[in-house]
Amino acid sequence: MGLDATIEVQLGTLDLHVALHASEGETVAVLGPNGAGKTTLLRTLAGLVPIDGGRIVVDGQTVDEPAARCFVVPERRSVGVVFQNYLLFPHLNVLDNVAFGLRSRHVTRSESRRRALEWLERVGLADRAAVKPAELSGGQQQRVALARALAIEPHLLLLDEPLAALDVGTRIELRRELRTHLASFPGARVLVTHDLLDAVALADRLVVLEEGRVAQEGPVAEVSARPRSRYVADLVGVNLLQGTGREHSVELASGAVVVTAEPVDGPVYVAIPPQAVSLHRNQPEGSARNVWSGRIQGTDLLGDRVRVHVEGLVPLVAEVTTGAVSELGLADDVEVWASVKATELTIYPT
Amino acid sequence: MTRRGRGVPLFAVLLAVVAVAFFVLPLIALLQRAPWGEFWHDLSQPAARDAMKLSLVCSLWATALSIVFGVPLAYVLARQEFPGRALVRALVVLPMVLPPVVGGVALLYAFSVNNGILGGWLLDTFGIQLTFSTAGAVLAETFVAMPFLVITVEAGLRSMDRRYEDAAASLGANRWTVFRRVTVPLIWPSLFAGAALAWARALGEFGATITFAGNIQGRTQTMPLAVYLFLETQQGTAIILSLVLLAVSVIVLVLLRDRWFGAAQHGA
Repeated sequence: MGLDATIEVQLGTLDLHVALHASEGETVAVLGPNGAGKTTLLRTLAGLVPIDGGRIVVDGQTVDEPAARCFVVPERRSVGVVFQNYLLFPHLNVLDNVAFGLRSRHVTRSESRRRALEWLERVGLADRAAVKPAELSGGQQQRVALARALAIEPHLLLLDEPLAALDVGTRIELRRELRTHLASFPGARVLVTHDLLDAVALADRLVVLEEGRVAQEGPVAEVSARPRSRYVADLVGVNLLQGTGREHSVELASGAVVVTAEPVDGPVYVAIPPQAVSLHRNQPEGSARNVWSGRIQGTDLLGDRVRVHVEGLVPLVAEVTTGAVSELGLADDVEVWASVKATELTIYPT
Repeated sequence: MTRRGRGVPLFAVLLAVVAVAFFVLPLIALLQRAPWGEFWHDLSQPAARDAMKLSLVCSLWATALSIVFGVPLAYVLARQEFPGRALVRALVVLPMVLPPVVGGVALLYAFSVNNGILGGWLLDTFGIQLTFSTAGAVLAETFVAMPFLVITVEAGLRSMDRRYEDAAASLGANRWTVFRRVTVPLIWPSLFAGAALAWARALGEFGATITFAGNIQGRTQTMPLAVYLFLETQQGTAIILSLVLLAVSVIVLVLLRDRWFGAAQHGA
């Protein structure tokens, strides 16, 4: 049961070609940059965009399969959607927004309202039932949108950037709250986001979408520990190098060599956390096996930490303290040496 | 106004003042010539009362017909791509620029009993005669009024966020429910404005009505036609009826002020 989909869609410049699976009770986060096809993917699942090829099966029922001339219209699918910006009907009050799905399914007015009120109680907004959505805060709107989507008791729940419209302050708390609400929904959930923190906090599994293709997928911890593309590496904030392994070293395309703790063989990725990179003004002598020279090309302040971009044969980002920056005089165009211990590297085949 | 260099050139200001005077002077003249003392007396004459009653009935019918046929037409034009859509839109808007008397003549050759395309058939089949009847006056008014509703509603449909319709569909609403419970409420301001404009246009319709429906008191003699007739015989009544039409126009403008003037002030 749950969701089983193979999706092929051509829409303008977007060429979407994705296989997606979500079990009951599982949350899958679809992560990707703008224009990767995330929202289009959700729209195909909801029936708002018909697929050109492949098959979508929700809870054992095929809802879209062009080859079999099968297409179930959105209103007949058991799919709840929390849209980006929530799209609460501005002319209906909160209660009628939540009751809308039930009313459309020919549940009587009083019964719809009774059940809608139950859902509002569940998300803690029963006292706001009579107001218009415009009077609610962003977080409250999100909860109403969730209640509206869940009130029809769907088999599949889709969430399109559910936290993007919220300010940073309320976001952390609402993320936690959303996780609780998602956990109480028994069906499969697919969450679209461009924020890794949302994905980490809410999802069991990550599917990274780039230019309409799945670039990487797997459990959240696995994807963030072993990124397989520049986008994912940037997202999780690690340095990603690609090269060919032979015995205890990896040769990069630039000709530089990375020394490894374990023997490696064949094409591999090397992931280096920025915290593992040390910077020196003079060539260091020590236990670090990997020492490369380079030139600083930009610094970003992150709280009491500074991310230093070093350009050279091995381009790296190093994370150092503000104290180190002033002590070593780290600034743009300064020549530095970067060192990394072989034991700090994560190496995995491409 | 006091800033130099970037202000409007003086000659433009002078011409603008002339233009405003050109609009204001006739209104002042009308108000100044009105026989205020006989206001109620003139208005309560049978011919004036008939004209006002008929105008109200005909214009409301024309507005209702414009909504019933115009909203679906606007919906099709806004949402359905089909070959010749631009042509259909041009045809729909045509009555707005067509001299109404030409519209009246055209209606005559479509619906007249003797030589109209549909006139004889309508009479034989349903016993309906449109020419020189109240129904004909309604038809003539609808012909000139409906375009205002269609283009206003179509603009509203095009500017609304269609994702609300997607949201409604995902919640299980069929197309009719989506239209009724989401689309219409969301375009309500456009629908209201379109209906108000159509009604005002129907109320003032003269050329097509007199050509197609004639000038028969109590049947096709609406207020503009009565004004035209009374100008020869009872000028006072003509002025009073004109003032009533003017007042209605002002009321429509006030009702639409947020839509038109508010938008203009915000630069939209």
